[in-house]
Amino acid sequence: MKCYRLFIPYSRWRDAHPIVHSQKYHRRRRVCRLISKTLSKMALSSVLQSESADFSFNNDRSFSFGCRFGQTDLGFGAAPGDRLNFAIKASLGPDDKDGPERKIEFLHGTTTLAFKFQHGVIVAVDSRATAGAYIASQTVKKVIEINPYLLGTMAGGAADCSFWERLLARQCRVYELRNKERISVAAASKLLANMVYQYKGMGLSMGTMVCGWDKRGPGLYYVDSEGNRVCGDLFAVGSGSMYAYGVVDSGLRQDLSVEEACELGRRAIYQATYRDAYSGGQVNLYHVHSEGWTRVSQEDVLKLHHQYQEPKK
Amino acid sequence: MFSLWQKCVRVNQHLRHCPSPWTHTHSREQRLHVLIGVCYRGQTGRWAINKLQKRTCMTVWNQKAHQVEYAQEAVKKGSTAVGIRGKDIVVLGVEKKSVAKLQEERTVRKICALDEHVCMAFAGLTADARIVINRARVECQSHRLTVEDPVTVEYITRHIATLKQRYTQSNGRRPFGISALIVGFDYDGTPRLYQTDPSGTYHAWKANAIGRSAKTVREFLEKNYTDEAIATDNEAIKLAIKALLEVVQSGGKNIDLAVIRRNQPLKLLESKEIETLVAEIEKEKEDEAEKKKQKKST
Repeated sequence: MKCYRLFIPYSRWRDAHPIVHSQKYHRRRRVCRLISKTLSKMALSSVLQSESADFSFNNDRSFSFGCRFGQTDLGFGAAPGDRLNFAIKASLGPDDKDGPERKIEFLHGTTTLAFKFQHGVIVAVDSRATAGAYIASQTVKKVIEINPYLLGTMAGGAADCSFWERLLARQCRVYELRNKERISVAAASKLLANMVYQYKGMGLSMGTMVCGWDKRGPGLYYVDSEGNRVCGDLFAVGSGSMYAYGVVDSGLRQDLSVEEACELGRRAIYQATYRDAYSGGQVNLYHVHSEGWTRVSQEDVLKLHHQYQEPKK
Repeated sequence: MFSLWQKCVRVNQHLRHCPSPWTHTHSREQRLHVLIGVCYRGQTGRWAINKLQKRTCMTVWNQKAHQVEYAQEAVKKGSTAVGIRGKDIVVLGVEKKSVAKLQEERTVRKICALDEHVCMAFAGLTADARIVINRARVECQSHRLTVEDPVTVEYITRHIATLKQRYTQSNGRRPFGISALIVGFDYDGTPRLYQTDPSGTYHAWKANAIGRSAKTVREFLEKNYTDEAIATDNEAIKLAIKALLEVVQSGGKNIDLAVIRRNQPLKLLESKEIETLVAEIEKEKEDEAEKKKQKKST
C-alpha cells in the first residue's frame, strides 16, 4: 500500500504531511544561521582583498580554489592575487560592519623588479603599502636580505613574505655550516618553494624573487605561494609590473655597465609608480655581484619625477 | 651462599642504582638475560655467572658500546678492500670471495655505484651493506632534486655515517656491521676517499684498506704511497693491485678493481685487464730482483 505514494509528485506528498516546528526551534535555527553567516564572512574578509582593487583580480571569473587553470603560470602581474578567488565584492557591500578585518595590508599593489646582466643582478623595488584606497605606508622595505649574498623581494602578503624569507635565511645558514660552503641560489629557491608548497591552497600569498651570486654566476629565481619556481633573466612582480616590463624590455642589453643598469632599474620603477596608483614612495635599488650585494640607492619618486621631467621643459 | 632469589635482587639493585641515563632504554629481554645469567653452577660447585653474561649485567648500560665493538669484529672478518686516491683517478680494489662452481659470479659484487661520480666498497656483513647502499643511493638522488647539484663525496659520507650512528643510539637496533670506503670526485674536480666505521665516524684518507689483514695492506701503502707512485693513472691502479697481492692468495683471479676518472662514470675492470696488469707487475718485480742481483755481484 505504501508504494502508491510514488505515483504522486513529491510536493503533493510533502504538503499533505506538513512538519510543524515550535517557535523555539525556529528561533534556534535563526540564531545558528546568523552565527555561521558572520563566521564565514569574517573568514572570507580576512582572506579577501576586497579593497586592494588591483588589476590582478578577475572578478567575473567563477570560484577557483587553489591553482589557476587555463591561464599561463607566468602571469606575474596577477600572480600574487589570484590564488583564492572568492572575490565577489558585492557580497561584502552594505552590511559589512567588521572594520578591522578589512584593513589587512597586502602588497599586491606593488612593483618589484629584478634582472640579470653581465655584472650581476639588479633588484629595484618601490616602497608603498596600501590597504584599499588608503596608503598605509610609503617607506616599506620590500627587499629582504637573506644573507650577505642572497636577496629576496617581497610582493603579496607582507607577513607571509617576511616570515618565510627569514625562515629561508635560517635554513641557508644551517646548510652553510653543515656543508662548509655557501648555498647556491637554485638550492635556496628550491628550499623556499618546497616549504611554501606544503601550504598550498591554505591562503598564503607570496610572490618573491630570490637573487644572488653563486659559483655558477648570477642567479635569479621567481618563487610564489602557488608553488611556481622559475629561473629567468628578468622578472617584474606586482600591479605595476606591466609598466616596469615595458621600460626594461626596451632598454635591457647584456653589455650594460653597472651605472646604466641601475639607471634602467630606477627608471622602470619610476614609470610604474607614475602610472600605477598602488606603487610609489621610494625606489630602493640593490646590485648583486660576485662579492655579495650592495645597496646602491634609495630615492624618492618625486625627486626622480623632477629629474626626468625637467629636461622635457 | 646467596639463594637464587637473593642473587636476582642483588643484580636488580645493581642496575637500579646505576646512574646512567641509558638504563631506561633497556628492553625487557636484556633484563631477563641478566636474571637468567645468575643461575649458573660453575665447575667448582660455586655459583657463578657466565662470563659473557656477567659482562652484560655489569655493563649493560654500555650495551650499545659493546655492540659497536662486535660490529667492528665482524668487519675484521670481511674480505679486504683497498682504496687509493690519485691525482686524476680514484681506485677501489676488493678481494673477491671465492664463489662456488654453480654460483653466478656477477651477483656477488662488493663495489657499488652510489651515483655517476661516487662509488663505494665495503667490508663486513653483505646484507647490512645492501641496506646502507640503498639508502645512500636514494639520498644521492634526493640531493640532486632539492639542491640541483650532484652530491659531494663528503656529504654522502656524512649521511652514511649519520645513519650508522643513529643505529648505535636507538632502542632495539644493532649497529651496521660494515666499514665502507667511499670514493669519488666532487663537482669542482677534486678526488676524495673517505672511510666510515660501524660507530658512525668518518675520516678522509689518501689511501686505506679495510677488512681482513687491513693492517698489512695499510703498512704496505704507508711505505709505497708516494707522489711518484700515483703520478699517472696506470701507476695508481698498479699500486692498488700490488697492495692487494700482499694479502690475496692466488693472484689476479681473486681481485676485483673499479676505477673512476675525472668526468667519467665508474668503470669496473675486466679480469683480462687485471691479468695483464698483474703480469706487468710480476715482470717489474723480476726486473728489479735481477737488477739487485747484478748490483750485488758487481
